[in-house]
Amino acid sequence: MSSLSNLFGQKFGLTERDLERYLAEALSKGGDYADLYFEYLATSSISLDESLVKSATQGVSLGVGIRVLSGERTGYAYSDDLSPDRILKAARTAACIASGPATEIVHGLKSGEKRDLYPVGVLAGDTPLEERVKLVKRADAAARAHDSRVFQVQAIYADSVRHVLVATSDGRLSTDVQPMARLNVAALAREGEGVPQRGYAGGGGRVGLEFFTGAHSPEAFAEDAARQAIVQLHAIDAPAGEMTVVLGPGWPGILLHEAVGHGLEADFNRKGVSAFSGRVGQQVASPLCTVVDDGTIAHRRGSLNVDDEGEPTQQNVLIENGILRGYLTDKLSARLSGGVSTGSGRRENYQHYPMPRMTNTFMLAGESDPEEIIKTVKNGIYCTNFGGGQVDITSGNFVFSASESFLIEDGKITSPVRGATLIGNGPEALKHVSMVGNDLKLDLGIGVCGKEGQSVPVGVGMPTIKIDHMTVGGTR
Amino acid sequence: MSEAILRDVASLAIRLAAERGATDAECTIAEGDEFSATVRLGEVETLKEAGSRAAGLRVLIGKRQGSSYTSDLTDEGVSQMVDAAIAIARITEEDPFAGLPEREELGQIDGDLKLAEADVAQVEASARIDAAKRAEATALGADPRITNSEGAGCETYTGCRVFANSRGFLGSYSSTTASLSVTPVAREGEQMERDYWHSISRSWAGLESPEDVGRKAAARALRRLGARKIETCKATVVFEPRVAKSILGHIFEAVTGEAIYRKSSFLLDKLNEKIAVDGLTLIDDATMPGFFGTSPFDDEGVPSRRTVIVENGVLKNYLYNTYSARKLGAKTTGNGSRGLTGAAGIGHGTLFIEPGTKTPEEIYAAVGTGLYVTELIGFGVNTVTGDYSRGAAGLWIEDGKLSYPVAEITIAGNLSDMLKNIIHIGSDLEFRGSTCAPTIAISDMTISGK
Repeated sequence: MSSLSNLFGQKFGLTERDLERYLAEALSKGGDYADLYFEYLATSSISLDESLVKSATQGVSLGVGIRVLSGERTGYAYSDDLSPDRILKAARTAACIASGPATEIVHGLKSGEKRDLYPVGVLAGDTPLEERVKLVKRADAAARAHDSRVFQVQAIYADSVRHVLVATSDGRLSTDVQPMARLNVAALAREGEGVPQRGYAGGGGRVGLEFFTGAHSPEAFAEDAARQAIVQLHAIDAPAGEMTVVLGPGWPGILLHEAVGHGLEADFNRKGVSAFSGRVGQQVASPLCTVVDDGTIAHRRGSLNVDDEGEPTQQNVLIENGILRGYLTDKLSARLSGGVSTGSGRRENYQHYPMPRMTNTFMLAGESDPEEIIKTVKNGIYCTNFGGGQVDITSGNFVFSASESFLIEDGKITSPVRGATLIGNGPEALKHVSMVGNDLKLDLGIGVCGKEGQSVPVGVGMPTIKIDHMTVGGTR
Repeated sequence: MSEAILRDVASLAIRLAAERGATDAECTIAEGDEFSATVRLGEVETLKEAGSRAAGLRVLIGKRQGSSYTSDLTDEGVSQMVDAAIAIARITEEDPFAGLPEREELGQIDGDLKLAEADVAQVEASARIDAAKRAEATALGADPRITNSEGAGCETYTGCRVFANSRGFLGSYSSTTASLSVTPVAREGEQMERDYWHSISRSWAGLESPEDVGRKAAARALRRLGARKIETCKATVVFEPRVAKSILGHIFEAVTGEAIYRKSSFLLDKLNEKIAVDGLTLIDDATMPGFFGTSPFDDEGVPSRRTVIVENGVLKNYLYNTYSARKLGAKTTGNGSRGLTGAAGIGHGTLFIEPGTKTPEEIYAAVGTGLYVTELIGFGVNTVTGDYSRGAAGLWIEDGKLSYPVAEITIAGNLSDMLKNIIHIGSDLEFRGSTCAPTIAISDMTISGK
């Protein structure tokens, strides 16, 4: 039999017969289902510090992860050596989760319909390194030119291409080539001998180098990072206590990721350990809120043609007009709850088994004019940029840290305030959303989500929203 | 692969790099085997077993540097890694401070550091399952209000790390880790709370018993039930050891040579100044046998050592790798750290503060009224400005005793003030993991709630 037409066939001579042999070995002791996840990842990165391109790295890693499901049990093994002996050994190891007569696999692997959510002319990794070096140099120059108080700039450019192949014992074969590129800029500004302040900006996605123009140019990111650092130079202490919070559009959508997204991942709900468990059909947000997770948006950082179990991604409605509609499922949680996968099975790499994860999570636009929203607030805080966030999915309490915010006084945006953490409770916080703007924006493509030690790229988005009360963790 | 073979692979990479034009080179190889079992509600949920290895290379061509990595340790894979590093070095710029440690700085500390214990590799799969099951069963049986579990996990790991450079250094060491944890869920009415306990050791025998792990986890989850939100106020905050150690991490970040040469630290220009209360002594020690922060040499081939960072409140030392030391006219403190590839960053060994004399109970009594924090979430710490604001949960201290649970609040302040406002340091220092603190109490923090 001839080798497969993808990278694993060309480079490693992998054939369909090999895949079936490995799957059969994985189910040699029984079990309900097995899959193989082949991964080949090539990365490069370039970092600039103190106006010098100080270091650059490139490399490859590859391997195969083999999973066997038997009831609620998962057996997992992986190998970073793609020789048949090693793969068969890993398959036998994963097989040990079951104990019984062999389960028959479906012969004749079939591929699903192909789609291409991230066509790129030339992969970023195949463009001349000099072109990529220019991006960090331009970012450095622009950040420094923005304001003479900017005294430190770091810029990091990174790209990768991930080839994946998923073969399943129920006869599915999926392959994908997933590009990624990203540029990040950090700036430090200082006035005289005062305390330095920092600003961050960046963006990217499943894109080629052509992405980094216009609003995504190194200059645009650099100026935004520099601008944030400068604004912070005159920031006053953040207020403390419950108050009205207005979140700007785009990246502040991290609220949704923490407040509801994680709590709606099906593994937690299958086990009944999420604050959202058993609440489908209930009101968990104001009727103004509709929240979706959509892995099908072209070129987005969180998008995938197929998830890491070979299932096509889709748009999943999580909350519709305030009512909880459903969870994000992977194959295991779908199998155990009698449903179907929502295409949300993701993993960091071949060394990990998949679990339900978000892709691009955002709230649909409402009808309010963002300026009108600000005008309605007598005393409050307007947050436009955030660092990270975290959630305790069982109690539902979540935080996210504002890195750029301003006071709202008598309907006007006034003083910038220093960084502060906002805290709320997932199933409660969105009930206090009283206005939703008509200005939905997705973030620029820098999000990384961590869960149980696995990191995956994600996107978020939101229109401007007003939350009538939320606790702001300042000092004043 | 055996340690000897991995050492040969590293030596080959260094030799090929020199042959192909590198003026200096360093190669790191890491190999590891992991075995884990998780159980939930008494049933096995996952079993995982696998091994992997990878190599990273950094080359210098004069004052330019390039790095590469590969998971293919065949001769061909190593050869490609060398070519990739040399190719990418060409796009970097000359950095006058780039380079390896001086020959006389290289070396390793002698003696058995007890980083690898034979009993870890001998643990049977069934023993891991049994330990996890017993920990979970104990937690589930501790109280009727423990109604559910996120599961229990038991993991063993054996690894080997090799480092070689073109200035004659070749070293390697093995290490082992065993860990056991359980996350029970407590419920009362509509309220659900989870917490966990985690035991980690270099040896299998050194783990806390599964029953102890289960009991502690259950007690922690139970005491969170009935949590309320409190009014916004200023108060003394008592950090239990598990969360107090995060403050050590923030100080560490601010004393790295990297933060200092970038002028991005709230502790910039504070050497030999009083930055904290008298009783605070913070030490980084990578030489203590059997500890998680211990290694014979750092990730640049410099012998590990003990460095006093803060002594009785006075900032005594920053922590350097070779690069940041050269930038600042200092000497490396043996704190070079990296994953596999790239120039070394800065890491710590076992980072700890010396214990005080009061027991935790004596601290609660002395504080009278305040917040006892058992969990911190979020990333609201800025080590450039010292601004500190994190989500918290814990227990309110009333009449000198732990009383009712509180949640959905934040604690905020500035690290510069917080270090000077440490009013109690507990006697309860225990060494778990590589960052360790006793109970500490900090006055005048802002608690934001209702």
